[in-house]
Amino acid sequence: MDQARVEQIRRLIVVAKRWDTFFVVLGIMSMMFGVLMFVTLFVDMGMKGFSRIDWEFFTSFPSRHAAKAGILSAWVGTILVMLVTAMAAIPVGVAAGVYLEEYAPKNWFTAIIEINISNLAGVPSIVYGLLALGLFVYQFGFGQSILSAGLTLALLILPVIIVATREAIRSIPQSIHEGSYACGATTWQTVRDHILPYSSAGILTGIIIGMARAIGETAPIITIGALTFIAFLPTAPFTGDPPAGMFDWIFAPFTVMPIQMFNWTSRPEAAFQLNAAAAGFILVFMTLAMNGLAIYLRYRLRKNINW
Amino acid sequence: MSIETETTHVPAPALKAEVKQLDFYYGDFHALKKVEMPVYERCITSLIGPSGCGKSTLLRCFNRMHDLYPGNRYAGGGIILHPDNTNLLSPDVDPIEVRMRLSMVFQKPNPFPKSIFENVAYSLRVRGMKNKTELEDRVQQALKSAALWNEVGSRLNELGANLSGGQQQRLCIARALASDPELILFDEPTSALDPIATASIEELLMELKDQVTILIVTHNMQQAARISDYTAYMYLGEMVEFGESEQLFIKPKVKATEDYITGRFG
Repeated sequence: MDQARVEQIRRLIVVAKRWDTFFVVLGIMSMMFGVLMFVTLFVDMGMKGFSRIDWEFFTSFPSRHAAKAGILSAWVGTILVMLVTAMAAIPVGVAAGVYLEEYAPKNWFTAIIEINISNLAGVPSIVYGLLALGLFVYQFGFGQSILSAGLTLALLILPVIIVATREAIRSIPQSIHEGSYACGATTWQTVRDHILPYSSAGILTGIIIGMARAIGETAPIITIGALTFIAFLPTAPFTGDPPAGMFDWIFAPFTVMPIQMFNWTSRPEAAFQLNAAAAGFILVFMTLAMNGLAIYLRYRLRKNINW
Repeated sequence: MSIETETTHVPAPALKAEVKQLDFYYGDFHALKKVEMPVYERCITSLIGPSGCGKSTLLRCFNRMHDLYPGNRYAGGGIILHPDNTNLLSPDVDPIEVRMRLSMVFQKPNPFPKSIFENVAYSLRVRGMKNKTELEDRVQQALKSAALWNEVGSRLNELGANLSGGQQQRLCIARALASDPELILFDEPTSALDPIATASIEELLMELKDQVTILIVTHNMQQAARISDYTAYMYLGEMVEFGESEQLFIKPKVKATEDYITGRFG
């Protein structure tokens, strides 16, 4: 090949590669924007609130005196509400996802259900709050309780879990499906022995992403009437007189972390702003811890699975 | 096209299955047209033909794999399994019952992401076998029949996916053998394997035909000629010619078959 042609090819490559460089710069900038915003927020909250974070802060009830106020009722409430949310949303969401992928006939009816599930994920959370206020609080008479809040958040994250379950199931190769059926397995045996175990990593990720979203939700919880100032704890779960007493806790009034924060930020005194920053820092930390757990579990569960 | 069947001097072996006037549709596409074919007991029968001729479609009718997907339709005729004369395609026959009697080995090795032991034991577990020693015996027996025991007998708890491609396919064959099937369906079992692994699978198939009837789809005519007792040539959803492999490959009766096997077409 003559020298001129080689030179021409090289020039062409240099020009063509400019787009790569351009996109890499653009990509790094977009990524840094998100990361920097988050780090700034997190560090700012941490710096403001760090002086308030000590053992007392976790073990004290809210108070009129900013320096004495703590988040005991809030973090206990958050954990109990999350417990109800998980117990309601996980079985229903996973079962719905498995049904839609493995059992449901493909017709207009299931198509409508599918479209609606995707749409549900986009419904503003306050709308779920209104629904829950009418349905759980008044119609079912659950009151302004941990049960109502947990079920509300469960409704909110149900579409996330259903979609994640379906995606995880779809990522299992068709050949594994057929291999199981060819052995003579029924649909249920295939689901129990193959589909659920092999998709558990993806399902778990979806569950935790959903829970991480639910833990920070404020609007629907305020809508159903959670208290903003609460100076007692519900009875510890499963400790009352069995059988009925074991579930006393789910009907207890409660508050959660984001509501406690909201309450403090709306106070005029500057000292309460520090409390809000400290609570925010802890809330973000809880979310990050959940995501970290998701990453670890996904790694553990996927280690043995490659097709 | 007419169907030519070889009249042999030696008495033909007993019939294991018979495809009768089978019509099959993928939606509106007429994929199998009045297909007729015998499958003889303890013989290897090959299905050959160009891509899209319906050979895999026919194979997957045998264990009702088409039932898993919407829009597939058995439109007439049937597949009779002997000696009990069960029509495998009858709506009254549960596809799971069919798959309990017939095993299948796929094109790409598809071991489950479980241990070697659990892979083979799975076909026994779906049949309700729970006794541990019985399971161990049957798994060992199946792995021996699939010529895999010597290689994996000491590491049954390792993942099936850690084996080489040829070993994975033999693991799938062991899984198919464990349930003691009447007929094993092979869908191009060596197309994803290298020549050495292919040779070992072919050798294994020749040994297995003493204990089980084999129906195999292959895109490789040499393979069909090497291993099978009977061969069927299909084209555009029709059965063009069926006969003893030796006769079909040396002096085919139909011109179309001759064109295909001599490479003038396909």
